[in-house]
Amino acid sequence: MTPATTLEKPAGQDGPDPGGKAADDRLVHRSLARRLMGRPELGSVVGAAAVFIFFSVAADSFLQWSSFGTVLYAASTIGIMAVPVALLMIGGEFDLSTGVMVTSSALVSSMFSYQMTANVWAGVAVSLVVTLAIGFFNGFLLTRTKLPSFIITLGTFLMLTGLNLGFTKLISGTVSTKSIADMEGFDSARVLFASHLTIGDIDLKVTILWWAALVAVATWVLLRTRAGNWIFAVGGGADAARAVGVPVSRTKIGLYMAVAFCAWISGQHLLFSFDVVQSGEGVGNEFLYIIAAVIGGCLMTGGYGSAIGSAVGAFIFGMTSKGIVYAQWNPDWFKFFLGAMLLLATLLNAWVRKRAEATA
Amino acid sequence: MSALVKLTDVSKYYGNIKALEAVSLEVHAGEITCVLGDNGAGKSTLIKIISGLHQHDAGTYEVDGEPVRHSSPREALDHGIATVYQDLAVVPLMPVWRNFFLGSEPTKGRGPLRRLDVRTMRETTRSELLRMGIDLRDVDQPIGTLSGGERQCVAIARAVYFGAKVLVLDEPTAALGVKQSGVVLKYVAAARDAGLGVVLITHNPHHAFLVGDRFVLLKRGAMAGSYAKTGITLEELTRQMAGGSELEQLSHELAREG
Repeated sequence: MTPATTLEKPAGQDGPDPGGKAADDRLVHRSLARRLMGRPELGSVVGAAAVFIFFSVAADSFLQWSSFGTVLYAASTIGIMAVPVALLMIGGEFDLSTGVMVTSSALVSSMFSYQMTANVWAGVAVSLVVTLAIGFFNGFLLTRTKLPSFIITLGTFLMLTGLNLGFTKLISGTVSTKSIADMEGFDSARVLFASHLTIGDIDLKVTILWWAALVAVATWVLLRTRAGNWIFAVGGGADAARAVGVPVSRTKIGLYMAVAFCAWISGQHLLFSFDVVQSGEGVGNEFLYIIAAVIGGCLMTGGYGSAIGSAVGAFIFGMTSKGIVYAQWNPDWFKFFLGAMLLLATLLNAWVRKRAEATA
Repeated sequence: MSALVKLTDVSKYYGNIKALEAVSLEVHAGEITCVLGDNGAGKSTLIKIISGLHQHDAGTYEVDGEPVRHSSPREALDHGIATVYQDLAVVPLMPVWRNFFLGSEPTKGRGPLRRLDVRTMRETTRSELLRMGIDLRDVDQPIGTLSGGERQCVAIARAVYFGAKVLVLDEPTAALGVKQSGVVLKYVAAARDAGLGVVLITHNPHHAFLVGDRFVLLKRGAMAGSYAKTGITLEELTRQMAGGSELEQLSHELAREG
């Protein structure tokens, strides 16, 4: 049955269906609203609207176009990572090493270029290889040992935190890297990772484009490719998936490498917007990515969620973090809001899903 | 007629534990071979060997007369052996049509534009299920919302559609009520009539006797008997399944005194 025929059927039709099979009489008419409720993103969209209205009222400058660019930028820095983290969660796994992996990625490009006095692009390429290798390491260890991803990535998280600090101090003598702003290739790399363009009053950072592209690609992969089907399957029932011939290990390793790829993009953005990298940065961000994915409707247990949802989750993050500033409140309150939002979103999601399943 | 699948004296050891010893069975096209046994009799081990999850340690496993050693379920599938597990047949949260094609999704387009042929997937799911006599309300509903019997039937229809020559069913009726069991057995018979060889694992002799052509009884990892339909009665099958002499002893022990 196509959705269209379901919709065309007038509500409350009683008599026997003359069309016979065309419209199944066992199918209760499902309104557009009901069908929307079946979407994983719904809870987050409602939440985003609520947050938007709240700050529109609470902060005068929130509704200005310039603020919109700032909010989008804040959202994109989280959103770029929330996309692969959401895919990974749909695939039934966590990654706690994402926050520091971003820093590692930035440190590798910076220090490689500086120490080798090579073109910055060489450092960027080396960083891509190294970061993907970390992702592969996570995935490989997970599929080989069958240990929970929580433990494995907690291990990588701690190891990377130590390596970031240790190597940076060893090589540059301080906790931050040397500036690479005057090196060859820096300007062109900056265009790709940290430029911005101005349209009217809005100042749009290039990360917003990266973010939008990633959401689009991830949604396409998730809903319209075999890999997407496998991601849902390994998260929703790994044993069943394996039994019908889905390459479970390859899918999971691929997901971890997708996370690493996005960590590389974020890391390069970090490096090229500030020239220097603080080696202790990134700790705690892994939770922001997970929060964005969960607010966006991803199930903690896997098998359910969407990339668009993670984008809405990141947008809520952006609105809250900047909205508090525009409202001229003490930003210390931010984490409280984030935590409350997470709880509310999860409750809303659970409620919506129950309703949707009951009427499905 | 030569057997589609033939196991001869197949054994499996887990360390020093004999999980299966010298079990032989044959599956012919258009016939149902029932494997009966109590819990721990080795039914699961046998099914895992046939479906490629485990490898046998001794004996021979032949498909179409060729000795094989499946290292993965995928390999068994490529040989035309499809297994429908009791509880792991499907991913509950995924729509019926995604489940139907899981692992063997049809695609169209090339390179980066290679994508799922969603239209074909939906329509095929609907028509294939209809062909098996399952009239589904909506192929978009999560398969977890179907009843246990319906889910089994989807899994069977899937195996038939993907050209399975041998269908291995792991306790398809174990968790079902009487009516649902009947529906599932009907589809098992339908698969048989379509020319498939069926291995039906069960501990219910009544269900087995209804549809089976051959019966293999397992007990503590070994063969306790192998019969053709003409060689055994339901009463005898039930008695053997229930433990035979052990049951008599049990009834003796449980008998009230005085």
